[in-house]
Amino acid sequence: MAILTARGVTKRFGGLTAVSKFDFESEENSIYSIIGPNGAGKTTFFNCVTGFYRFEEGDILFDGHSIVGLTPDRIVHMGIARTYQNIRLFANLTAIENILVGQHTHLKSGLVGAVLRLPSTVREEAAALAEARRLLNFVKLAGKGDFLAKNLPYGDQRRLEIARALATRPKLLLLDEPTAGMNPHETEEMMALVRHLRDELGITILLIEHDMRVVMGISERVTVLDYGEKIAEGTPAEIQANPKVIEAYLGRGSATEVVSQASAVQASPALA
Amino acid sequence: MEKPRFDWLQPVKIGLVGGAIGVFFALVGMVEAFSIRDIVDGIVSMGQMLMLISMTFTGYMAARRTTQPQHLWVLGSSLLAGLMFGGMVALLLIVGSLVNLRAVFINASPTLYELLAFGRGTQAGALLLLAEGVLVGVAAGLLYLLTGRFRQALVNALGWVVMAGVLQELLRITFGAWGPLAVINQWLFTGKGLSVPGAASLFVLVAGTTYFWSQTGSVLSNRLRRLPPGGQHTLRLVGILLLVLIVLALPQILGLYLSEVLTIVGVFALMGLGLNIVVGLAGMLDLGYVAFFAIGAYTMGALTSPELGFFSLSFWEALPFAVVAGVLAGVILGIPVLKMRGDYLAIVTLGFGEIVRILALSDFLRPWIGGAQGIAKIPKAIVGSIEFISPQQIYYLILVGCLLAGFISWRLKDSRLGRAWMAVREDEDVAAAMGINLVATKLLAFAGGAAFAALSGAIFASKLGSVYPHSFNVMISINVLCLIIVGGMGSITGVIVGAAALVGLPELLREFAEYRFLAYGAALVLMMLVRPAGLMPEATRRRELQEAETVEAEPEPAFGAPASP
Amino acid sequence: MLRRVLESLSLTDSFMWLTGGAIVAVIVVGSAATLSMGRYSGRHWFDFIIFGLAQGSIYALIALGYTMVYGILRMINFAHSEIFMSGPYTACYVAMALSRSGFLESQPILSLAVIFIVAMAVSTVIAVLLERIAYRPLRTAPRLVPLITAIGASFFLQYTFRGLYGSGFQAYPDIRMLQGAWLLGPLRILKIQVVVILAAALMMAGLYLFIQRTRIGKAIRAVSEDKEIAALMGIDVDGMIVRTFVIGGMSAGAAGVLYALMYRQVHFFMGFIPGIKAFTAAVLGGIGNIPGAMLGGVFLGLFESLGPNLFLDGLGVPSPNQLKDAIAFIMLVMVLIFRPTGILGERLAEKKA
Repeated sequence: MAILTARGVTKRFGGLTAVSKFDFESEENSIYSIIGPNGAGKTTFFNCVTGFYRFEEGDILFDGHSIVGLTPDRIVHMGIARTYQNIRLFANLTAIENILVGQHTHLKSGLVGAVLRLPSTVREEAAALAEARRLLNFVKLAGKGDFLAKNLPYGDQRRLEIARALATRPKLLLLDEPTAGMNPHETEEMMALVRHLRDELGITILLIEHDMRVVMGISERVTVLDYGEKIAEGTPAEIQANPKVIEAYLGRGSATEVVSQASAVQASPALA
Repeated sequence: MEKPRFDWLQPVKIGLVGGAIGVFFALVGMVEAFSIRDIVDGIVSMGQMLMLISMTFTGYMAARRTTQPQHLWVLGSSLLAGLMFGGMVALLLIVGSLVNLRAVFINASPTLYELLAFGRGTQAGALLLLAEGVLVGVAAGLLYLLTGRFRQALVNALGWVVMAGVLQELLRITFGAWGPLAVINQWLFTGKGLSVPGAASLFVLVAGTTYFWSQTGSVLSNRLRRLPPGGQHTLRLVGILLLVLIVLALPQILGLYLSEVLTIVGVFALMGLGLNIVVGLAGMLDLGYVAFFAIGAYTMGALTSPELGFFSLSFWEALPFAVVAGVLAGVILGIPVLKMRGDYLAIVTLGFGEIVRILALSDFLRPWIGGAQGIAKIPKAIVGSIEFISPQQIYYLILVGCLLAGFISWRLKDSRLGRAWMAVREDEDVAAAMGINLVATKLLAFAGGAAFAALSGAIFASKLGSVYPHSFNVMISINVLCLIIVGGMGSITGVIVGAAALVGLPELLREFAEYRFLAYGAALVLMMLVRPAGLMPEATRRRELQEAETVEAEPEPAFGAPASP
Repeated sequence: MLRRVLESLSLTDSFMWLTGGAIVAVIVVGSAATLSMGRYSGRHWFDFIIFGLAQGSIYALIALGYTMVYGILRMINFAHSEIFMSGPYTACYVAMALSRSGFLESQPILSLAVIFIVAMAVSTVIAVLLERIAYRPLRTAPRLVPLITAIGASFFLQYTFRGLYGSGFQAYPDIRMLQGAWLLGPLRILKIQVVVILAAALMMAGLYLFIQRTRIGKAIRAVSEDKEIAALMGIDVDGMIVRTFVIGGMSAGAAGVLYALMYRQVHFFMGFIPGIKAFTAAVLGGIGNIPGAMLGGVFLGLFESLGPNLFLDGLGVPSPNQLKDAIAFIMLVMVLIFRPTGILGERLAEKKA
C-alpha cells in the first residue's frame, strides 16, 4: 500500500515553477530516492510534504489522508519527519535536549504538571530521558549527550539530526542529502543506518541524494526530477539505462556526472 | 633579518583611545559628579578613581599587546600609553583654559578643571597629569609582569577597597545596626569615605586572603567534593538554610532606606524573570515589555482606588484581575507579532509600549484611568492584621512574588514547554518540524512574561499608592532588557544578579543616577561585543546533566559496529 | 480554491482580520462623521496637508538611512535616531554663535549652509564610528546580537549628548528669512514648511540619482544584493558599507536641521519618536527600497497630520492629537501584518524580511 501519494503537485515562486504537476507514489517500507540536478525542485517537494510551503495545485496524501493546508506541526503528528540538507540542529541546546525536543509530540505534560512537578510528569520526563539516551546510543553518540549540538563534529551532527527526527516516531522519514560532505567510510555507515531504519524499525525512507553510489546501492526505486518535472522513474537499473536521464545531466554539460551516471558501477566521489 | 624594533605605534594608539575615553568621562560630567564621594577620605575621590582605573586599564592593555616579551619593552609601551592618556587629559585642561568650552559642553566647569589639575592651576596641573600618566602606566606594566597570584591578589584588594568606598553608606548602615560591628565602622570609615588606616588594612587583608586562598582554596574545595554524597547534601542544606535566613532578615538588617532600594530591585527582578521567558528562553526581543507592567499597575489602580469610584476592591481581590489582565494583554499583543522575526518584532513591541503609554496619558481614557493625573489612593495589601506599608514590609510581598516567579521559571525551564521555547529560539522552522505548535508556544511565552510583569506592576502600584503614566516609559523596558542581558540571558540567578547590579547600584549611588542609562547603553554594547552569554550564564545545569550522563549511561547495543566513544 | 483558503485560515488569522476590519471601520465611520460635521474648512485641511508634507519629507530623509542600512546589512540600525539627533544638536551651538555675532542676520544663506554642513558632518562621524566600533565586529553574529548592540548604542549616544550638552531643551535661533508666511489667495503657507519640503525633495532627488547613476551607487546596490558575489566582482564590501552609513548619516543630519528649524528646538531625546516614525515609513515603503522610503515618509506624514482630526474628531474623542503617535504605530503594526513587503511591494520577500 502507498504510504505517500502526490498527485499533480505544483509549486510556483512568482513566475518560476519549482515543482510542476508532480505525481509520486511511495510504497510502505521502501527506500525511495529522488535525484536530479541542483535546483530541480527536490527540496521544494520536501518542503511541500512537510507543510512549509503551500503548493498551488494538487494533493498530497499520507496514509490515505490529505495533508493540504496542515501546518508543519500537524504533519509531524501524522508521522512524517525530516532532516535538512544544511544541518539544522538547535545549536545551543545539548544533544540530549535536541532529541527531547523531537519527542515533543509524544509528551503530554503541560504548564501545571511542569510547575508542580506532578508524579505523572516526573515519570514522563524520566521515560523521555531514557528514550533520548537510547536513541543517542542508537546513532552511536553515547556519552556525547551533554555536548552542545554546535560543538559536535560534522558526522555526529548528521547522525544527531537523524536521531532527533526518529524521536518524533515517524512512519515516513525524509532525508535531505544525508551523506553530503562525508568521507567514504562515513557514507558506508550512513547507508547501513538507513537500511537498518527500514529493516528493523519499519520506517519508510525518502531520500534526496547526489552520491550515486548511495542512490544505486540502497534505494528500491528512483525518481528523477529536472526543472521541476519528473523525467524518469524506475528501479536503479532502469534509471541508469534511461537516455532521458543521461541527457538531463549531459545537457548541463557536467561531464563527470554523466560518466558516473552512465557507469554507476564504478564508485565516484559524491557529486554535490 | 631585521632586528625587532620597538613598536611604538600600538601603545600610542591604545593610549590615545584610552585618553579619549578619559576626556569623555570628564566632559560628560562623570568625573565632577563622582568626586563628591571620597573613596579614601582626603586622598582619592570616586571621580579620580575613575580616571586612575581607566588609566591603569589603558596601560595594562598596552602592556598586553606588546609584541616582544622583554620586560623593558612591556614597561615602555605601558608607560607610553599612560603618557598619552595623561597627555590627552592635559590637552583638555589647556584647551579649556584658552577657550570657553562651557558655552557648548555644560560640564566643562572650573570645578572640573580644578579637579583635573589637582587644584594646582593649568600649567602645573598639565605637568602633574603627564607625570601621573607615566607613573600609572609603569604601575600597570608592572602589574602585567607580576605572576598571576600576585596580580590577582592586588587587583582583588584594590577592587574591594574601591567597592567599600563606593558602597560606604550601605556598609555603614549595615554595620551600624549591629552593636558589636560598629567598631568596624569606626575603624574603616571617617565621616566621608574610608579612613586611611581602614583602607590600608582592608587592602592588606584582602590581598593576603586572596594570595593564600589561591593555594588552600583549591585544596579545600577538593576536599569538599570528596565528601560522601550525604555530607555534601547536608552542606548544601546548611548553605540554603543560611541563605534563606539572610534573605528573610534582610530588611531588619538594612533598615528603612536600603529596604526601599531592595523593593525597587525586587520589582525589577520580577519583571526581569518575566522578560527572561520571552527573550531569554523563547528568543523574542520584546521592547514594549513596560506595557504589561503598566497594565498590571493600572488594573490594580482602577479596581481598587476609591478616587475613581468604580470598584474599590482590596489589594488581594484586585491582584488576580491584574495578572489576568496582563495575560490577556500578552496574548492580544502577541498575536500580531506571531509571524514577525527578530528586528521587526522588536520595533513593533516598542510601538505597543508607546501606544499603551500614550493611551494612558490621553484625555480619551481619562474617565477610566485618570489621564495625566494618574490614579491615587491605591490601598496597601493587608494580611490578617498586618498592613504592608513600609518598604520593610513590602519587601516581603515582593519577595514572595519573586520567589513564585523564580520557582515557576525554574520548573518550566527543564520541562517540555521550556524546551519548546528554546527550540523556537534556536530555529523556528525546525521547531515546527518537530511538532511544536508555534502559535501556542509563542503565545504562552508572551502570556507568561506578561503575567510576571503585571504582578510586578500591581505590587508597584500598591507600594507607591498611586500610578502615573510617566512611570511607564520605554526606559523601563530598556532597563529590564539590560539587566537580563548583563546577568545572562536565560539564567535565573543572572536576573537576580543583574537586577541587584543594574538597579540596586544606581539607587545607592545618587551621583550616578544621571549616568545610569549611559552606563546601560555602554553595557549592552560591551556585553554583546565581549561576552554575549552574560555575567552568570546558565552553565550549572549543563554540568549537572553531564555528571548524570557519565554515571548512568550504559552502553546499549548500537547498530552495526560497537559504539565508538 | 475556497476550501484551500478556508483551511489555511486559523484562529489567529481571523483575529487579525477582525482587528484590521475594525480599524478600517473606525477610519471610515470617523472620517464620514468628521466631514459631515463640517468643523474644519478647506483651509484647515490645506494646513494639515502642508504640515503633513513637511513632516513627511523629514521622515522620508531619515527613513533613507534605515532603509539603506537594512538593505545592505539586514539589520535595523536602531541608533539611527541618535545619528539624526546628534547633528542638529551640535549645530545648534554653531547657530547660536552665528546668531550672537550677527552673522546669521547679515548672511542667512551662508549661515544656514554652515549649520547644515556642521550637522551633516557630526551625524556622519557618529554613523561611521557606530559602524566601525559596534556593528562591524558583529556582522556574522546571530541576528539578535547586532540589534541589541544597536539598542545599547542608541541609549549610550542619547545620554552621552545629554551629558555633553545638558538635559534641557535648547532653542534654535530664529532665522528671519524663514519666518512668516506667503499668501496664496485665501491660503496661507508658512515659509519654513515650504523650505523644508523643497530642501528635502532636492536632497532626495540628488540621492536617488547618486544611487542609480554613479559607480559608487551601483556598487552599493550590488553589495545589497549579494555581498559575496559583489566581493568577487572586486567591490570593496566594507568600503561600500561605510559609504552607506555616510549617506545615511548625511541625510539624517540634514533632516535633523530641517526638523530643528521647524520646531525651533533641540533636545537629547528628540530622535526617539521621529526615529520610530521614520522606521515605520521605511517599512511602509518596503524596507530596502529607496523610493519606497521616500514615498512611505510622505504618506506617513500626511496620515499622521490628517488622521487624528479626520478619523477621531467625528467620533467624539477628546483631544485627538494626543493620539497622533499611537495612530502612526498602529499603522506600522497593520502594515507589518497585512503587507510586510510594503506598499511598493519590494522584492525582499520571505528570504530577507
